[in-house]
Amino acid sequence: MSISKNTGRFYRIWDSDIAYSFRKSPLAIVSGIVALVIVLAAVFAPWIAPTNPYDPSSLNLMDGFTPPMQENAFSGNTFLLGADNQGRDVLSTILYGARISLFVGFSAVLFAMILGISAGLLAGYRGGWVDALLMRIADVQLSFPSILIALLIFGVARGFIPPSQRETMAIWVLIVAIGLSDWVQFARVVRGATMVEKGKEYVQAARVIGVHPLRILLRHILPNVMGPVLVIGTIGLALAIIAEATLSFLGVGVPPTQPSLGTLIRIGQQYLFSGEWWILLFPAITLLALALAVNLLGDWLRDALNPRLR
Amino acid sequence: MTDSFIKVEGLTRHFDVSKPWLNRVIEREEKSYLTATDDVSFEIRKGETFALVGESGSGKSTIAKMIVGLLAPSGGTIEIAGRRIGPDDPGAVAAVRQRMQMIFQDPFASLNPRWRVGDIIAEPMRTFGILSGGEVMREVARLLEVVGLSAADVAKFPHEFSGGQRQRIAIARALSSRPEFIVCDEPTSALDVSVQAQILNLMRDLQDEFGLTYLLISHDLSVVRHMANRIGVLYLGRLVEVADAKRLFVEPQHPYTQMLLDAVPDLALSGRRRKPVTGEIPNPINPPPGCAFHPRCPLAIDRCKVEIPAPRITPTGTAACHLAGSDTTTSAA
Amino acid sequence: MTEPLLSVRDLVVEFPTRRGVLRALDGVSFDIAPGEVLGMVGESGAGKSITGAAIIGLIEPPGRIAGGEIRLGGTRIDNLPHEAMRRIRGKRIGMVFQDPLTSLNPLYTIASQLIETIRTHMDLSEKDARAHAVGLLDRVGIPAAARRIDDYPHHFSGGMRQRVVIALALAAEPELVIADEPTTALDVSVQSQIIDVLKEICAERGAAVMLITHDMGVIAETADRVAVLYAGRMAEVGPVRDVILSPRHPYTGGLMASIPTLVQNTDRLVQIPGTMPRLNAIPAGCAFNPRCEHSFDRCLTERPPLIGVAPQHAAACWLADKEIRNDG
Repeated sequence: MSISKNTGRFYRIWDSDIAYSFRKSPLAIVSGIVALVIVLAAVFAPWIAPTNPYDPSSLNLMDGFTPPMQENAFSGNTFLLGADNQGRDVLSTILYGARISLFVGFSAVLFAMILGISAGLLAGYRGGWVDALLMRIADVQLSFPSILIALLIFGVARGFIPPSQRETMAIWVLIVAIGLSDWVQFARVVRGATMVEKGKEYVQAARVIGVHPLRILLRHILPNVMGPVLVIGTIGLALAIIAEATLSFLGVGVPPTQPSLGTLIRIGQQYLFSGEWWILLFPAITLLALALAVNLLGDWLRDALNPRLR
Repeated sequence: MTDSFIKVEGLTRHFDVSKPWLNRVIEREEKSYLTATDDVSFEIRKGETFALVGESGSGKSTIAKMIVGLLAPSGGTIEIAGRRIGPDDPGAVAAVRQRMQMIFQDPFASLNPRWRVGDIIAEPMRTFGILSGGEVMREVARLLEVVGLSAADVAKFPHEFSGGQRQRIAIARALSSRPEFIVCDEPTSALDVSVQAQILNLMRDLQDEFGLTYLLISHDLSVVRHMANRIGVLYLGRLVEVADAKRLFVEPQHPYTQMLLDAVPDLALSGRRRKPVTGEIPNPINPPPGCAFHPRCPLAIDRCKVEIPAPRITPTGTAACHLAGSDTTTSAA
Repeated sequence: MTEPLLSVRDLVVEFPTRRGVLRALDGVSFDIAPGEVLGMVGESGAGKSITGAAIIGLIEPPGRIAGGEIRLGGTRIDNLPHEAMRRIRGKRIGMVFQDPLTSLNPLYTIASQLIETIRTHMDLSEKDARAHAVGLLDRVGIPAAARRIDDYPHHFSGGMRQRVVIALALAAEPELVIADEPTTALDVSVQSQIIDVLKEICAERGAAVMLITHDMGVIAETADRVAVLYAGRMAEVGPVRDVILSPRHPYTGGLMASIPTLVQNTDRLVQIPGTMPRLNAIPAGCAFNPRCEHSFDRCLTERPPLIGVAPQHAAACWLADKEIRNDG
């Protein structure tokens, strides 16, 4: 009895409109596979990477600038994708770097989502001055480029955090900075959807029986506004990954001892025209593949969730 | 009146439809208000079905929302089961809330599409703490059977049901908190005719079985004739006539009621002579002075253009018309 | 017998979905004579709006006409290329939709919308087209038409907007007007006005009307003949008086009996048990048989064709066939 119920559930998900749409879209499948491969590689980096590039003691400066798949004349080491200027294995650094990129990306988006959804629900449901206040804050923030806001937050954080803590806290500051620069789009969308749902009769039915407004927001309205949020979230993830890379490229992201994909690109950019192309190329391809895959998944999700197109 | 369950007096509601402050300053405009309902008074007795009939702009939905507490009145009083709802009696709202429920017009929007049917029906029970644990689900299953669905529908989602079935689910939800009074806002307007018949019959059966009191809001005179004991006719926010259901259709006392009856299509193809309907409902923001109906009324006299008529006693109930009541009736041949 | 203006034979409309092909219309046939008003009545999902959409060529892909033919004045129009159909739309067939709010473009004045339609189909100068438009608005009962023609749609009330839509539909003097639920979104008192306007203006211009609605009352007041649709098939067709007062199909009978009127005095309304079947679950034989109290074995296996029961009056019911056999 329980076995058939299980297969019933899985079959229902497999057969649902969304899963069907996924199966039918080659772009979605390819993007999904690429993204999955990169994510899994990043998650299992400590186990599959040949070396740990974040351990300064394992580095040998003599390994520096070794081209891919060539034996280093001094140390005898071979690196699949070459070594960067400090002797770090590019492949391992990509794996560990992707880890950071993904962690920061996901966390920042999650932070932005929680902040944005809360603000949107509140503004949409309460209306009046609460709505006006939140939306004006959002408007002000939108008039600044998000990277500038992130830099601003960095500067402020630098003033607060004692130098000894800066390296460990860098990641968290990064997450907060990117998240704070990104919450507005979630808030806008959720606000609009909340205002639509607020007028629907099922919300009025809950109000008639005296359900507490907070409960109405969380249990009735929130599930119904999540659709567009998921779409923006996926695209926001891609943007957050790129934002982290940009900030690291500018030198204000992750600390230099824990390079992410952006850091590698910055390093590689300096040596591109002097011949050590591999330091730039491989991280750049990885970043591109990841961001593109996530973006395409977001596009597919948006079309799949659009009831008109079904 | 001791046996009146709901008593509404002088109920008024304004909406502020002014343009935003900056626009008003620039265009030098005053604030504008829309009077959705104006000085409406009526009673509903226990166990009866009282219907409010009107077209768009009549204020019938606004009145329904004020009675169940979704909107606050701008003026007037609402008394439910003897307790006056208002700032003097803060506990009143909570006390009477459990005794009433509402059924809405749109069967597609009145059920949360993300909730299962079982949870939708159980929500009032859980909110009021009526039952708990396994008893809740047993009661939900019983209610589903009562409204003509099956207990197995508990785990399904609303989109798996048709409009008529969703309305049954909405009725089951309304019944789950064991109310004495149900406000039905156009419960069958969005349904096909044959489904409407099923739902109306169901509502009648439930009323007989559970001794329910209904406030029925509708624009459809035939439905109202079939379901109601007494009927109130609204025009542009004012109650123009209240009468016994059966008699309203035979001896309408107000010219607007007569016009409404004339506008109902003749299904029996009796070839009855119909007076053509004149004009349209005026803009509620700027209603005509005096009696709001006078621009379209074939019997209007000078007094109608100036003075808002108060309700007068008629053989069938009351009518707000200067020409109605004890001296003259308007049921012209 | 005059040549029918519109002739529909065995029309089949299908919608391919990933779970199979749904037949929204399954072999519908009817005629409309020049100048007559045919009512097309049915509940939601019966296929009446699809019929109108098929005739005017506005079925949304992947839906398509899968069989049968539609002839306007003798020539086939269901298989015309887009350009040709576009010319017919408006010129020979006008359409009145349900929602006057969305039928009119809110960004353009009534004048520009009317004049655009007129000049697309008729060879008139701007000045003449405008005069024609004002005349039309006047005819449909818009007060001060010459001034109001320059207003935007949101300046009009619902009833007035619907009058404008009727004027728009008749602007190019079509032979056939398809009105899809023209009064459903309007108040009862306005409904009767709009119906009167539609009837008069079409009678004046000799235009035939296909009136699609779920409201039997509107049909009773307006139509000459009525066709009753059920689950994509035609259940009954005939003169309005005959079909309403002496229905020969059990569905029509049940439908009429379940409508509350201003004169009956019953305690319960007659209700037809069950619901209209979904398009992917239409029963074998007669689509109505599970809900019919008169069904017998033939109804479960063979689908009844339209059987004539009186001059001009036909019902798709084996009972009708039985009675003819008994008489004969």
